[in-house]
Amino acid sequence: MKGKKERETVHRQGMPEQDPKARIRNFDEVPLGYTEEMAVAEAKRCIQCKKPLCIGGCPVDVDIPGFIKLIAEGDFIGAARRLKEANILPAVCGRVCPQEDQCEKICVLGKKGEPVAIGRLERFAADYERESGNITVPEIALSTGKKVAVVGAGPAGLTIAGDLVKLGHEVFIFEALHKAGGVLVYGIPEFRLPKKIVEAEVDYLKKTGVKIITNTVIGRLKTVDELFEEGFGAVFLGVGAGAPVFMHIPGENLSGIYSANEYLTRSNPMKAYRFPEYDTPIVRGKNVAVIGGGNVAMDSVRTALRLGAENAYIIYRRTEVEMPARIEEVHHAGQEGVQFKLLTNPVEYIGDKDGWVKEMKCLRMELGEPDESGRRRPVPIKGSEFVMDVDTVVVAVGTMANPIIPATTPGLETNRWGHVTVRDENGETSRRGVYAGGDIVTGSATVILAMGAGRKAARAIDEYLKS
Amino acid sequence: MNKITEKFYLSENVVRIALEAPEIAKKRKAGQFVVIMTGEKGERIPLTIADSDAEKGTITIIFQIVGKTTACLAALNAGDNISGVQGPLGNPTEIDNFGTVVCVGGGVGVGVVYPIAVSLRKAGNRVVSIIGARTRDLLILKDEMKKTSDELIVTTDDGSYGFHGFVSGVLQNLIDSDEKIDRVFAIGPVPMMQAICDVTRPYKIKTIVSLNPIMVDATGMCGACRVSVKGETRFACVDGPEFDGHEVDFNLLASRLRMYLNQERESMKRCRCGKDER
Repeated sequence: MKGKKERETVHRQGMPEQDPKARIRNFDEVPLGYTEEMAVAEAKRCIQCKKPLCIGGCPVDVDIPGFIKLIAEGDFIGAARRLKEANILPAVCGRVCPQEDQCEKICVLGKKGEPVAIGRLERFAADYERESGNITVPEIALSTGKKVAVVGAGPAGLTIAGDLVKLGHEVFIFEALHKAGGVLVYGIPEFRLPKKIVEAEVDYLKKTGVKIITNTVIGRLKTVDELFEEGFGAVFLGVGAGAPVFMHIPGENLSGIYSANEYLTRSNPMKAYRFPEYDTPIVRGKNVAVIGGGNVAMDSVRTALRLGAENAYIIYRRTEVEMPARIEEVHHAGQEGVQFKLLTNPVEYIGDKDGWVKEMKCLRMELGEPDESGRRRPVPIKGSEFVMDVDTVVVAVGTMANPIIPATTPGLETNRWGHVTVRDENGETSRRGVYAGGDIVTGSATVILAMGAGRKAARAIDEYLKS
Repeated sequence: MNKITEKFYLSENVVRIALEAPEIAKKRKAGQFVVIMTGEKGERIPLTIADSDAEKGTITIIFQIVGKTTACLAALNAGDNISGVQGPLGNPTEIDNFGTVVCVGGGVGVGVVYPIAVSLRKAGNRVVSIIGARTRDLLILKDEMKKTSDELIVTTDDGSYGFHGFVSGVLQNLIDSDEKIDRVFAIGPVPMMQAICDVTRPYKIKTIVSLNPIMVDATGMCGACRVSVKGETRFACVDGPEFDGHEVDFNLLASRLRMYLNQERESMKRCRCGKDER
């Protein structure tokens, strides 16, 4: 073993990536992953703190020093299993978690230099295990004879299902779409999260005994009350915040204008980028404007480039500092040639004689006083109106709660935004035996926060069923 | 996977199939639809449920061959499987005893208005139905509509059967004959629904139309199906599919329906379904 001093001088291992020029012509993953040597070298940078702060930054309490130590020792399978004790989707989280705001933010090494690349190591271990085929199913407790219905096969639902099945409950996940994964499938593009990884994680869950019923819209095919009548002892609502938000400005319904949800659903699960091999079409615009500054906006604009856009713009009303997207995503978008039109806000779309969008009228903005979010409020500059040529627009300004479940579940309380109200962090709702977690409670947040909510609700449901 | 249990050509390009979908069969109500996928690489298309048999556990859908997906679906036979059926989706038709109702169906839209007519009759309404098609061979469900209506008027654009003209003309005649009409249900091609609404508007006869915009998820997630009703954007999949026709912007609906015309043609050109047997 090296001495402490020597260890600190080793730099954080960079992530090998596909060249920007090559990658905007394909949908393959951009970061290529660590080699074994790189992973071991990076793992050895971890100083194995006696009181590790990093775990406190993880919404699902992964034993971070523990799995990293196993990688340093070359026990990659052991590392993956250690990860899976707390996190059922490590290959996903290693790719899409905002580690820079969580575990890596408080890593002690980060105080003077660069933090340990926890996310990249997580991805490495999970990928190693999956590619080795050496996957074992965890021990399942004796059957409790209780049945739990999980509504929605996204990050929250998959997590709670994995936890409850291990505790001996019979778990059914009801998914509205034809594929399990929720936002991992319909939202996040192939170049950031290959779908075969999500499929592998879902398959693993099925091996543990979780039953996944697709094409089932709870609230339409059957209501929450009918699930109880069918003998389910508890219901978990993890339906996400799937309804798109539009800006309600003139011309927004012209042909060629998409919500990010539609654009990404066509491209990701429906594989429209492989049309006509796949049947679902998508508009391959030349001048594409994506409205918004979050991760979904970055995913959309990078999809547009890969679909052949000559000009792909991010239109954002504040500055780069206020952008909610991960720095890495903004950086990748910039590398690929995305043009950022900051302090800019669309006010109207103008169509051609066939009802197709051809121009976007925008205003320039400046930053004023901070608003309730703490960010400086964008204020339009008088007389700054200008027009841009666009043939495709993707509106990525946020999502809101889908009303189907609250509307069909009497007694289920929601707040003024339609989000399900919970009593505490365990996700208990106003309806006995009904729990909720993830975006349907918090509004759009992250994969890992939804998983954390699923984990806490699993403990609460287990106790509820035993009482 | 859902098995096709029956297939029948109602006309040259309109097909009726029954599918195994026991839970949907039990639950569905008039006016609701399903989304189907024929295979792994397929697209998701919405189709109205025309009928169901809860005992057999089947639903019936009626569709016109207009593109690749419907061509592939029509090429399947009893015993074949499709990869998935999702539903029932959308809000059921508001059914009540309104008094005298007129159910207007044009082309394949007769398949959509049929279950509504059945429910309205059951609720005690006097049901007058007007069904039409371009020509005699394209008329569908004449006998079924006759059975469920107190009065049935059939029209063809070319006069090859029944009244010579459009369904809107027949409705105008009906109004002119002082028939007291409490509500109209009109389902068919966009120009037909628009024409019916133009006829009923001056008389303030409430007219319900069922809209068929392009959909993807059909659960309120994507907004592909947005329509303008009373100047407000609504999603046909969760807010509809039925709306007050006097408030619908039909021109927007028609232009959004043309969004993928080129791709649809390209897809259809490559598709071999049904072509080899002809």
